Amino acid sequence: MQVKVSAARCATIRGPGADTGTTWKDGMTELLAWLNDHLLRMQWLADLVAILVRDGFGLDIEGRIGGSVHFFLYDVVKIFILLCVLIFCISYAQSYFPPERTRRILGGRTGMGANVVAALLGTVTPFCSCSSIPLFIGFTGAGLPLAVTFSFLISSPLVDLASVILLASIFDWGIAIAYVVTGLVLAVAGGTLIGRLGMEGQVQSFVYASPVSDHGGHVPSRAERAAYARGQVSDIVHRVWPYILLGVGIGAAIHNWIPEDAVTALLGRDKWWSVPVAALAGIPIYADIFGTLPIAEALVGKGVGTGTVLTFMMAVTALSLPSIVMLRRVVGARLLTLFVGITAGGIVLIGFVFDALAIHLT
Amino acid sequence: MLIEILGTGCRKCIALGDNVQAALDGAGLSATVEKVTDIVEIAGRGVMSTPGLVIDGRVVSSGRVPDAEEIARFLRTP
Repeated sequence: MQVKVSAARCATIRGPGADTGTTWKDGMTELLAWLNDHLLRMQWLADLVAILVRDGFGLDIEGRIGGSVHFFLYDVVKIFILLCVLIFCISYAQSYFPPERTRRILGGRTGMGANVVAALLGTVTPFCSCSSIPLFIGFTGAGLPLAVTFSFLISSPLVDLASVILLASIFDWGIAIAYVVTGLVLAVAGGTLIGRLGMEGQVQSFVYASPVSDHGGHVPSRAERAAYARGQVSDIVHRVWPYILLGVGIGAAIHNWIPEDAVTALLGRDKWWSVPVAALAGIPIYADIFGTLPIAEALVGKGVGTGTVLTFMMAVTALSLPSIVMLRRVVGARLLTLFVGITAGGIVLIGFVFDALAIHLT
Repeated sequence: MLIEILGTGCRKCIALGDNVQAALDGAGLSATVEKVTDIVEIAGRGVMSTPGLVIDGRVVSSGRVPDAEEIARFLRTP
């Protein structure tokens, strides 16, 4: 049984005569790998928890119970640390891009360029699914075309620095960057498609009549930005901690209790249905991406394809039943179905592509 | 004077409510303070991120929680 504790960095062991030909590039790769292991995978934490479980609780790491306890403790602590650090840093950066500023930036642009900028801004603007409606109303009321608004709405929950770093911790930076690129492409393409279909009539008329408030533009001081970032960490931790515990619990069950055959029967690389199943499982779920991290890790450990796991994570973050229900209040059923269909379809497509790529590259 | 606090009930909105009350008490003013929690109504006031603070129909802040001092300054300007 694969246990995280024994994941040694064998590749770093070099013989005495092997130093010739080491370039700065090798050094950089080494450094990144070291950072990855210690800051993201937190090998030191895995080892610490292993000592606790073995010597403190007297359980066998290789056994089911010991393995589950180790996974649970290690993952919960790791995720909370990542959560606090990432949310703080990202919220600080996001304080430079309040929705009002995004709206101003997008207001002056047209065509595909506007879609691209909207998709890019979606990755840095603070967003939780509770603000999809005020944002939609605020953007559309200010005259931004539907294409631009939807590019933003698709990219915002899907791609952000936190998910990129999380992905790098589960897979590697290549996959993480590919995720960002495909997420942005999906956002731009989806928004453009929606724009081409002339759905303006599907929007409730009151949206177009909404007042546009651009009050003063308060520029926060550094201390205010830090306070805001701290507040975000506190808010988000209070909001998502049950999901994290649940996610780690499910991850532990998959990791230690559910046999690999059962998992691959449902989600195996070679099964054509694994991607759609992952999408269907993920779409209705309302959870934070941090909660999906342990499940994704466990699935990868049981041989589920990269694409399938990405599809699951994207489906959980990009779409959720609560936000769809809320969006229905401002947008007609046809436009809403189109939005959900394009996003879901794109996610499934990405899953198939990544699964196929993984098979061909290994 | 009508003060509206726009928010869906998260902790920041409650904190804003407390700060507004503190500002009113400190300035010795009284006003009708209402909480707007319906998300469509909030957006209809032109606010894109909560919590929002509206004084006599004018949006003075959104997406953050100004302290009692700043709110007092809002109350003073016509």
